[in-house]
Amino acid sequence: MRDLAVGSYGLTKRFRSGQVAVNSVDLVVPRGAVYGFLGPNGSGKTTTIRLLLGLVRPTAGTHELLGEPMPGRAARVLPRVGALVEGPAFHPYLSGLANLRRLDAADRTVDPGSARQRIDAALDRVGLLAAGRKRYRHYSLGMRQRLAIAAALLRPRDLLILDEPTNGLDPQGTREVRALLTALAATGTTVMLSTHLLSEVEQVCSHVGVMHLGKLVAQGTLAELRARTAPRVQVLSGDPPGAARVLAELDLAEVETHGEAVTALLGGAAPEKVVAALVHADVPVRGFRVLSADLEEMFVQLTGEGFDVSG
Amino acid sequence: MSVAESDALAAPAEVVAPQRLSTRFFRSELLLIFGRRRNWVGMAVLATVPILIIVAVKLSPPSGDGGPDFINQITQNGIFAALTALTLEMPLFLPVAVAAISADSVAGEANLGTLRYLLAVPVDRTRLLVVKLGAITVFAFAATMVVAGVGALLGLAVFGAGPMVSLSGSQLPFWDGVLRLVLVCLYLTVCLTALGAIGMFVSTLTEQPIGAAVAILVLAVGSQIMDAIPQLSAIHTYLPTHYWLAFGDLLRDPIALDRTVPGLLSALAYVAIFGTAAWARFGGRDVTS
Repeated sequence: MRDLAVGSYGLTKRFRSGQVAVNSVDLVVPRGAVYGFLGPNGSGKTTTIRLLLGLVRPTAGTHELLGEPMPGRAARVLPRVGALVEGPAFHPYLSGLANLRRLDAADRTVDPGSARQRIDAALDRVGLLAAGRKRYRHYSLGMRQRLAIAAALLRPRDLLILDEPTNGLDPQGTREVRALLTALAATGTTVMLSTHLLSEVEQVCSHVGVMHLGKLVAQGTLAELRARTAPRVQVLSGDPPGAARVLAELDLAEVETHGEAVTALLGGAAPEKVVAALVHADVPVRGFRVLSADLEEMFVQLTGEGFDVSG
Repeated sequence: MSVAESDALAAPAEVVAPQRLSTRFFRSELLLIFGRRRNWVGMAVLATVPILIIVAVKLSPPSGDGGPDFINQITQNGIFAALTALTLEMPLFLPVAVAAISADSVAGEANLGTLRYLLAVPVDRTRLLVVKLGAITVFAFAATMVVAGVGALLGLAVFGAGPMVSLSGSQLPFWDGVLRLVLVCLYLTVCLTALGAIGMFVSTLTEQPIGAAVAILVLAVGSQIMDAIPQLSAIHTYLPTHYWLAFGDLLRDPIALDRTVPGLLSALAYVAIFGTAAWARFGGRDVTS
């Protein structure tokens, strides 16, 4: 058996409406990873997270958290998992502090004696200590998000499952949360965060999984996924047809001409050989670049869409 | 980040063995109910009924006929103000209070979204229901005690503690009378807990606490309406509200058990049935709120 932070095997959820929200998903989140769980809105990310936490029962498939089968060992493993699911949710007429106290009181596996200290530390870590006594209903969206992250950090965790953790935060707050996640990951905490922000993935993630229409369409380290998207050459030339002909003669695929830019898949060819061939054929070369597909392009390739809602 | 802080971050997630008898979550639940302003307003409304009765009786003492059984005795002994208030509040006001609290139990948390975070803590679903029903019971007791306490204290202050005549005609010592009042409150707490168990079950069916509260009230009032239709006498003893006003039997000398004991058994049966139903419904439900 693999020793994974999160592992799922054919995890499937078909709702009573007949909609298959999660379709045979095999998640592989190694320990210590920062796993970016990407997908357009409505692609099944949140339902997958609900399945992982045992809030929703799978129609088929199994999964484990930190090596323990779920939901059988939920009482044992969930205290080691901090979670943020589909946005913050707290009692509006209680203060942030009182809300955290309630969640801590509900945890039977924690030392009540250290509650005060842990709650203050969690509030401090998200910058909410000064506003802890304010009623939750008076919190801004960003403060609510911070409180939800504080709740996930009420005690040391081995795994954090965070659904859109920077949602609603201002740029400064976003940076703070990313720094916090990086610091936590540096101490060995596995972080799985769902997001639709590609920049977030590029900045903090070591691994990526891409959901589309309920299916996990790609998964691996960031470098592996980048390598899967083939680099292209781009030639700027005063003689585009000539450049296109040379590229075609070199057996490069997908030769396309846009004005005076000609692009093609680089494939296994060496870029310097391509330049030499162009010069040798007397094609005037004004510019030459190797474009490695960025994450966004990869995302669009995998999901066939940008950020439109999956139907 | 300081060195000490990074050490704290580096600490492995330590899971201590669950404490068997931790009351923290239960106390947190009580804090949630009794810390909420809405519920204090509700309690204040419950307390106005005995005040209203005492003022009315003081201004216009009863002639001796008409009105509830107890109202004619208030001028003799203030404790009867508490009993009169309980008699008048059992049909609607106290059920409204219990309906509001029990409707909140699961649907309220689902509506706010806090349910998913409680379950992810994790709180075992069975434990959640046990704690919720326990808190409903404490609230029901507090609500009846508010009515009885305000009625008795103010009644005694206004009308004094004259002879307390039991429903059997004999005279009860003062403290015996107080004890009977507490017994009445305990009996009504059990009755209201049965309604609370029904309410908790209804609360597992929806994410809308208002809708759940209305449904629970319709059940409570509907049960009393059916109880008032003689042609339905065959089912009367099975109605959840049937034995509620039997608490008068606790004021007989000696205490009459022929309706109060079935009343307690009926209430406990309702708690068992609807507690189990709530567990069966909620235990395997997908929480998508």
